Amino acid sequence: MNLNRSALDLWVGTFVAIGIGAILFLALKVGNLINFASAPGYRLEARFDNIGGLKLRASVKAAGVVVGRVERIRLDPTTYQAVVTVKIDEGYQFTTDTIASILTSGLLGDVYIGLDPGGDTQMLADGAKVTKTQSGVILEKLIGQFLFDKAATGGGK
Amino acid sequence: MSDPSTPASVPAPAQPECAVELADVTFGYDRRPVLTGISMAIPRGGVVAIMGGSGCGKTTILRLIGGQLKPQSGRVLVAGDSVPDLDREALYVMRRKLGMLFQFGALFTDMSVYENIAFALREHTDLPEELIRDLVLMKLHAVGLRGAARLMPSELSGGMARRVALARAIALDPMLVMYDEPFAGLDPISLGVVGQLIRRLSDALGITSLVVTHDVYESLKIVDYLYFVSEGKIIAQGTPADVRASNDAFVRQFVDGAPDGPVPFHYPATPYRSELFARA
Amino acid sequence: MLDTVAAGIAHVLRRMGGRTVAIVGWLGYATRFGVAVVLESPAAFARLSLTLREIYFSGVLSLIIILVSGLFVGMVLALQGYDVLQRYGAAESLGVLVALSLVRELGPVVAGLLFASRAGSAITAEIGLMKATEQLSAMEMMAVDPLARVVAPRFWGGIISMPLLTALFSTLGIFGAYLVGVKLIGIDPGAFWGNMQAGVDFRYDIVNGIIKSIVFGIAVSLIAVFEGYDAKPTAEGVSTATTRTVVESSLAILGLDFVLTVFMFRGVA
Repeated sequence: MNLNRSALDLWVGTFVAIGIGAILFLALKVGNLINFASAPGYRLEARFDNIGGLKLRASVKAAGVVVGRVERIRLDPTTYQAVVTVKIDEGYQFTTDTIASILTSGLLGDVYIGLDPGGDTQMLADGAKVTKTQSGVILEKLIGQFLFDKAATGGGK
Repeated sequence: MSDPSTPASVPAPAQPECAVELADVTFGYDRRPVLTGISMAIPRGGVVAIMGGSGCGKTTILRLIGGQLKPQSGRVLVAGDSVPDLDREALYVMRRKLGMLFQFGALFTDMSVYENIAFALREHTDLPEELIRDLVLMKLHAVGLRGAARLMPSELSGGMARRVALARAIALDPMLVMYDEPFAGLDPISLGVVGQLIRRLSDALGITSLVVTHDVYESLKIVDYLYFVSEGKIIAQGTPADVRASNDAFVRQFVDGAPDGPVPFHYPATPYRSELFARA
Repeated sequence: MLDTVAAGIAHVLRRMGGRTVAIVGWLGYATRFGVAVVLESPAAFARLSLTLREIYFSGVLSLIIILVSGLFVGMVLALQGYDVLQRYGAAESLGVLVALSLVRELGPVVAGLLFASRAGSAITAEIGLMKATEQLSAMEMMAVDPLARVVAPRFWGGIISMPLLTALFSTLGIFGAYLVGVKLIGIDPGAFWGNMQAGVDFRYDIVNGIIKSIVFGIAVSLIAVFEGYDAKPTAEGVSTATTRTVVESSLAILGLDFVLTVFMFRGVA
């Protein structure tokens, strides 16, 4: 029962080392720590009439590649528009006539913001507003629209 | 020997020769009194026994002296300091002057014999390891167990464990050593050894020894003075010669080992006859 | 007749009142003890060897059970998870499912329960036995505070070991799920790890899981040392105390888990 000092130190040291190793493993390989803290970036603001199912920390993609994350969503109390703040990674520049649309990956998939750059020579700076936006598709409205159209053409015959 | 840092709210005792003095001490738990009106004066350098049946409060007296319990009334003085009035710091300082031998030894089971004795030295002094080693071996030699220094407490017999505990109690060369039932459960040889050690260490090192026991034979051989406690009160006291010649009923019953006397044989119950016929 | 009923009710109320007062008193005593242990803690770190020794006894010696349990929990999660997910064509989300389940809940809770049973009960038994054999008293009489020398190192040893053991449990669980999901069942490893990385957030999931494990560690360690210190100094008393440690720790872990989950994972945006 009487463990000599050096054996004890060895065991405790090993234990603490692999414990911290496990935490690091979880943080880096399992979680998204790499993307999280280190990436410097800049912010853009976009206003939508309806964000659909967009959530915080949803991805921002351009050409299908993740370029940033949604940081903040709030409602403008005067215009009743949704104001979304996104953080774009440093190194990606978007033109001032970029279109921001709310898209869904697959029918039941995650909701994300897709960026479609235009041909302008000017680039959006930190804190700038994306002026062209396209709101998210609300499934109920789509069905309602479909039924309405169907009723209109059916009635017209 | 008063520590100038302790709050001296108690005047100096009448007999400065006393190592320990109890004056009219009362102690109890809730409504149950354990000790009433206990007064003792234990001179420096003497060996004093406190005797009595089981559960009469003997160990409580030791705890009061050591500061583990506070009396409800009365004074408890160790070397002139009032123990209940000491704050935690001062109490710990006072305890370094005490040594205590617990029943069955109470050795630290996760340390070897050597380390048990070195414990107090390492905690309370800054002595280098070589010096501690010399001191530990000295104490072990005094109790005759220098060769057992590397053993673990689980490998010791009862008598050996008791002796190691004794060596541990005197590790810091205390002024007062308290023994809680040092003779309990020992074989005749170990009994003799422990008894002789208590007496010889006391004489050689000038230690005041307080022995709580109910072993009459051994006590009468080695002590200078005895107190008899029964049901929380001191009912008799005297030198071994006084005790042997005493006519007090309790002392006689105790010394002779008679089954019936002031301490009754029968536990209180309804009269035998009426209980037998109660079922009919 | 009415008198007896009234007397009966009064008796029950008095008993309940007495019990409540006793419980509140016990809580107060336990709190004072907890504060005293924390105050004595600097001594535990000044004598680092004491605390290191306790980390060995609670942490290192619990490794086997934690690692093996983690592995098996992960593997079972993968099996059960796959069975359900593949009905909706979502088998590739297995990694996310297992990782989130482990990191958020199963890791802290199951590792906590195992720790309480193995290390917590051992600590209680140790301290209780030292009390029963008067070793704590002897230490007190040698002017060494047992709270500083015996209790505080075990308390901190437990707190330090818990998050490490939890992380190891979760890691082994994910590895077990990988073995079952990718190697055995044949899910694409890229999808497995990719979806997991996308779905598990460091601050939100992992850090919260670590916070849970620290809270559980504090609760279990405190209960273990308290029950040991408070045990009746008999063989029976020690055995009762060990049982109480395991039961109380388990209830505390599950209760705290609920409270923490409500605060941490409320409204995932």
